[in-house]
Amino acid sequence: MKNEMEIWLDAISCNEVVARVAVAAFVAHLNPTLEEISDIKTAVSEAVTNSIIHGYGNTFGYRKRCETKEERSKIHPGRVNLSCKLSRGILYIDVEDWGKGIEDVDKAMEPLYTTLPEYDRSGMGFAFMEAFMDDLQVISMPGKGTLVRMQKKLTNGPWISGEE
Amino acid sequence: MENFQIIENCLMVKLPEEIDHYQAGYICQEADRYLLREEVCHIVFDFEDTTFMDSSGIGIIMGRYKKVSQIGGRVYAINVGKQISRILRLSGMNRLVEVLENEK
Repeated sequence: MKNEMEIWLDAISCNEVVARVAVAAFVAHLNPTLEEISDIKTAVSEAVTNSIIHGYGNTFGYRKRCETKEERSKIHPGRVNLSCKLSRGILYIDVEDWGKGIEDVDKAMEPLYTTLPEYDRSGMGFAFMEAFMDDLQVISMPGKGTLVRMQKKLTNGPWISGEE
Repeated sequence: MENFQIIENCLMVKLPEEIDHYQAGYICQEADRYLLREEVCHIVFDFEDTTFMDSSGIGIIMGRYKKVSQIGGRVYAINVGKQISRILRLSGMNRLVEVLENEK
């Protein structure tokens, strides 16, 4: 059984929840475990948050929940593409942005490394994606954007393998 | 909804259902406002309502830990569920934060 989903999100912080809930709903029919759902939601949240706050520089939401019109106008325009595919019990997630990109991907992936400590970022985003998913690839070009590709094998009901 | 309460020298922070970057800013800002009060030196994060947390939550804890540890305070976590507990362990936060076991 194969299934695909693609969502375009404006690069604003309130879409982090939209992204992770959408992916959780996308895999819900496979009856995944609570732990798997929570792993996937965390990984998606990390990737999409990175695109929004690092890729496009929209730290919006941070200390600005009661935003004013003036603050809203400071948002850098940009979109995040979230593509999911389910094939043979494996969930593939791509999160892509066309923001500023990452100069040094290896450095960015080091636990506790962050370029935004003033926004209380922990630098654990990529570490969590790596820990919670089975595979993680980060492809980035400074000035062009970043693509994060993740995979996770799901423990699914017997009817899925019957259909393959 | 998150809320903040001072009990003796402790700041109790009741965390929201989901902690992400969008939620984190307000929590950090409010917690820091309370920490400026002289009598507060410890901070307790209550995860009772929390079912989701990403690395933004780790940022909240690390930032507050840096502040209270300077004045000899400690950081505690209560009502920690399974998912939150994994996140805390994975990020090494269990070395900075004392997780108090209770009914949950």
